[in-house]
Amino acid sequence: MSTLLIIAILLLGFIVVFQIAKASEYVSVLKGEKKTFEQNNKINGFLLLAFMILGLIGVYWCNELYKGKILGEAASDHGEKIDTMLYITIAITGVVFIITQILLFWFSFKYQYKEGRKAFYYPHNNKLEVIWTVIPAIALTVLVGFGLYYWFKITGDAPKEANVVEITGKQFGWIYRYPGKDKVFGKKYYKNIDEGKLNQLGLIWDDKAAHDDVVTNEAMYLVVGKPVKLIINSRDVVHDVGLAHFRMKMDAVPGTPTTMWFTPKYTTAQMKEKTGNPDFEYEISCDQMCGKGHYSMKGIVKVVEPAEYLLWLAKQKPNYVMSNPELETKPAVPVATPADSTVTAAAKIAGSNSN
Amino acid sequence: MSQEVNLHEQVGAMTTHEVHHDEHHGHHHKETFITKYVFSQDHKMIAKQFLITGMIWAIIGGLFSVLFRLQLGFPNETFPILEDILGKWAAGGKIQPEFYYALTTMHGTVLVFFVLTAGLSGTFANFLIPLQLGARDMASPFMNMLSYWFFFIASIVMVSSLFVQTGPASGGWTVYPPLSALGDASEGSKIGMDLWLIAMALFVVSSLLGGLNYISTILNMRTKGMSMTRMPLTIWALFFTAVLGVLSFPVLLSGFILLLFDRHAGTSFYLSDIFLASTQKALPNEGGSAILYQHLFWFLGHPEVYIIILPTMGLVSDVMSANARKPIFGYMAMVGSMFAIAVLAFLVWAHHMFVTGLNPFLGAFFVLLTLLIAVPSAIKVFNWITTLWRGNLRFTPGMLFSIGFVSLFISGGLTGIFLGNSTLDIHLHDTYFVIAHFHIVMGVSAFFGMFAGIYHWFPKMYGRYLNNTLAYIHFWITLVGAYLIFWPMHYQGLAGVPRRYLDFSGWASFNQFDGLNRFISIVTIMVFAVQLLFVFNFIYSIFKGRRVTTQNPWGATTLEWTTPINPGHGNWEGEIPEVHRWAYDYGKDGRDFVPQTEAISPNESPESKH
Repeated sequence: MSTLLIIAILLLGFIVVFQIAKASEYVSVLKGEKKTFEQNNKINGFLLLAFMILGLIGVYWCNELYKGKILGEAASDHGEKIDTMLYITIAITGVVFIITQILLFWFSFKYQYKEGRKAFYYPHNNKLEVIWTVIPAIALTVLVGFGLYYWFKITGDAPKEANVVEITGKQFGWIYRYPGKDKVFGKKYYKNIDEGKLNQLGLIWDDKAAHDDVVTNEAMYLVVGKPVKLIINSRDVVHDVGLAHFRMKMDAVPGTPTTMWFTPKYTTAQMKEKTGNPDFEYEISCDQMCGKGHYSMKGIVKVVEPAEYLLWLAKQKPNYVMSNPELETKPAVPVATPADSTVTAAAKIAGSNSN
Repeated sequence: MSQEVNLHEQVGAMTTHEVHHDEHHGHHHKETFITKYVFSQDHKMIAKQFLITGMIWAIIGGLFSVLFRLQLGFPNETFPILEDILGKWAAGGKIQPEFYYALTTMHGTVLVFFVLTAGLSGTFANFLIPLQLGARDMASPFMNMLSYWFFFIASIVMVSSLFVQTGPASGGWTVYPPLSALGDASEGSKIGMDLWLIAMALFVVSSLLGGLNYISTILNMRTKGMSMTRMPLTIWALFFTAVLGVLSFPVLLSGFILLLFDRHAGTSFYLSDIFLASTQKALPNEGGSAILYQHLFWFLGHPEVYIIILPTMGLVSDVMSANARKPIFGYMAMVGSMFAIAVLAFLVWAHHMFVTGLNPFLGAFFVLLTLLIAVPSAIKVFNWITTLWRGNLRFTPGMLFSIGFVSLFISGGLTGIFLGNSTLDIHLHDTYFVIAHFHIVMGVSAFFGMFAGIYHWFPKMYGRYLNNTLAYIHFWITLVGAYLIFWPMHYQGLAGVPRRYLDFSGWASFNQFDGLNRFISIVTIMVFAVQLLFVFNFIYSIFKGRRVTTQNPWGATTLEWTTPINPGHGNWEGEIPEVHRWAYDYGKDGRDFVPQTEAISPNESPESKH
C-alpha cells in the first residue's frame, strides 16, 4: 500500500513539475525570447557560483564527518608506506582539484552573457600550453617516483627470517596451512582433495614433509613484529586476500600461487585497546567477486606475541593425523606436539565424526 | 537509393560542384514506413534508433542500480512488492544474493556497452559525422543499418537472458573465469552466461561494422575544403574512438571465444587445479591461466573507457565553444591530446591487474604509462577552462552539462592518479574508491557529455526544442545528486570497504557506514526519477516541443546548421557546401560567428595558425 502511495506521489510530482515547465514555456513566449534567456542565464550563472561554494564547503564537511570512520593507523609496516603515499597524493591532487574547480565555476560566473560584451578571440597560446603540459608532467613524475619507490619496497622479496603461511580461498571461506616443525610445506595435488577425509588441500601423504603440516579454518595466527610471507592459493575461482587494516591485498588464483609479505605492528589485543573496541578482530575480506557468498567470505587474523604463537602452534594437530586416525594407534607416527594425549583424544573424536 | 546518393556525393566531393543533385533529393523515391523508420539507411534515422534503444537500456540499467541500492541502503527491511514482481529472486521481499549479483553484473554490462558505447557513439557518430563533414550519408549506409540491427539482436539476446530460470550472468561485468566458466560455481554461469557471451559477440560485430564505417567516412567523404585540421573536435574524437574500437574489440571477442571453449568444449585456456565444493569433485582441467582472460579482457576493457569518454570530450568541446562564443582554446593541442590518449589507451591495461600477482617490475611500466595519461587529460581540462575565460557564456542546457562534465572529469580524473599508482592500488583495489572513481570519470561524465550533445543537437534531430525548464531541473538535480552519491564513496573506499558486497552486517571493519548507505540510496532514487523526467521531456518534445524556426538556432559555425530545419535523406537540398575555414571562428574580427562555409575575405585577419 505504502509503495503504491509513493508511486502515486511521484506521478503527481511529475505532473506538477511538467505543468510548471509547460507554463514557463508559454510565459517565456509572452515575455519575449531574449528577456527569458537573459533571466535564465543570470539564474544559472548564480547557481553555478553557489554550487561551487556550497560544494567546497560540502567537501570539507564530508571530510570532517568521515575522517574518523575510515581506518585508523595502518597495522603493518607496508601499510605505513601506503598511508604516506596516500597523503602525498591527496596533497597534490587536492591543490589541483581546488584550483581547477574554482577557475571553472568562477569563469562560468564571471563571463556569463552580458549585452554588448564581445568574447575575446583567443584560439591558442603556445607558451601557456607548454606550461600546462610541463607542470602536470613534473607533478606526475614526483608521484610516479614516490609510488615506485614504495611499490618495490612492498613487493620486493620477503626477508629470509619471515614466517611462511599458506592461505587458500574456496567458495566461501579460507584455509590456512602452516609448514610445521620442518618449516617445509608438503606437496599437494588438487585431485587428492577429499573433504570427507579432512584433506581439504589435497596433501600428498607419500611426501614426509606433509606429515607435520597444520591445516586450519579457524584463524590465521601471526607473530607481532615478525615479517610474514603469505603464499596465496585458490581451490576453485579467483578470490582475493584483502587485509584492510594492514593495507594489503593480493588475488588468489587457481593454479597460479601468488605471494605477499608484511610485518604486523600490533597484536589483536593491542588493537582492542587502541580502538577501544573489546571485540576488535583483524578481518580478511574476499575482494574479488567469487559467487553468491562473496560478501560473507570472512577470515580472521590473530596477531599475537611470540610465546602465545608457539603455544597455539603446539596445540594444533597435523592434518596428517586428523586425516588418518587409524595411524594414531601405531607408536611410530611422528606427532608434532608434545601434548600427546590430548591430541590423540581430539583426533579420535574428529576421526569418528568424519566417518 | 543510398548508393545513388553516395555516388553523387563522391562525385560532388571530388569534382567541382557542377552537377546539380536537386532532383535526386526530391520526392520521387517512395519511402514506406518500413524503409523510413525500421530498416532505414539514413544515418540520421539510424542515429535516432541508436539513441532511443540506448535510452531504453539506460532506464533498464538504471533501474537495476535502484534495486540493488535498495538492498544496500535498507539491508534489514523487506519490500513485499519486489516479491510480487520478481518472485523467487526477491523471496520474502528481500533481494537474494544471486539476484543482487545478477543486478550489479547487468547494470555494468548494460551501461558500459549498450548505453555508453552503442547508445553514445552510435548516436553521435551516425548523426554528426556526415552532417559535420558535409557528406550525404555514411560510406556504407547498408553496413550502417546492419550495425544497428546487430546491436538490436544483441539487445534481444541480452534481454532474454534476464528471463531464464537460472538467471542472467552474475559474475561481475568483467565475467572473470573460472567463476564465469563453471555453471557449478554459480547459477549465473549456467545458460545466462552463454546468452551473455552470444549477446556480446553480436555487440562486437555491430561495433566493428559501425567503427569501420565511421573511419572510412571520415577519411574519404569530407566535403571540398574540409581538411582534417578543419574538422570539428567532435569528429576527431569519434575518429579516435572508432579506431580504438576496431583495434580492441576483436581481442575481447577472442577472449570470449576461448571462454566459450572452456565452457563447452572441455578446453583449459583459463582453467587449472579446480575443486568445486558444490559437487565435491576435482575438474580434469590443468595448465590453464585465469589471468590470461584478464589480459584479453582488459586489453579491450581499458580502451573501452576511452571509447566511452572520447566522444563526449568532442561533443563538450563543440558545445562549449559555440555557447562561449569563443574558439575552442588550443585546437591542435586538443587533437594531439586525444591522439595521445588513444595511443596510451592500449598501453595501460594491466593497471587493472596490479594485485593479480603481476610481476612488480612489469607493473612499474604500467604505473608510468598510466600516470602519463594524466598529462593529455590535464591539457584538455586547462584548455576547456581557458575556452570559458573572457567568453560571453550562454547557459543553454547543453552548455550547463558541458561545464558539469568538466567539473566531474576533474574530480574523477584526479582519483585515477590514486588508482593508477600501484602502491595505493594495493589498498584501494576493488573497494568503493574504484566505484566512485569510474562512476564519476566515465559514468556520470560520459552521461553529462551525452546530455550536452542531446540538448544541443535535439533541434537538428527533430526540428523542435526540448523544454528548457525541465532541462534546468534535470541538470541541477543530476549534478548535485551525482556528487552526493559518489563523493562520500571515496571515504568508504579509503576504509577498505569492498565492492560487490550486499550486506555489511557480518563485518566489524565495514559496518560503520549504514547511515551513509541509506543516504546514497535515497539520492540514487531521486536522481533516477529525474532521468525519467528527462526521458519524458525527450518523448514529449519530439511531438509537441517548441518548433525550431531558424536554420541555425545556436549561431554555430559548423555544417550541420546549413541544412534545412528538417533535412531529408541526403541532408542538403542543393549542392553540398564548400568549407573555407576551421569550425571555431567565433568572435573573430568583432563578428559573433563566421560559418565554415563563408569564404575568407581579403581584409580579414589571417586564419589562425592553430
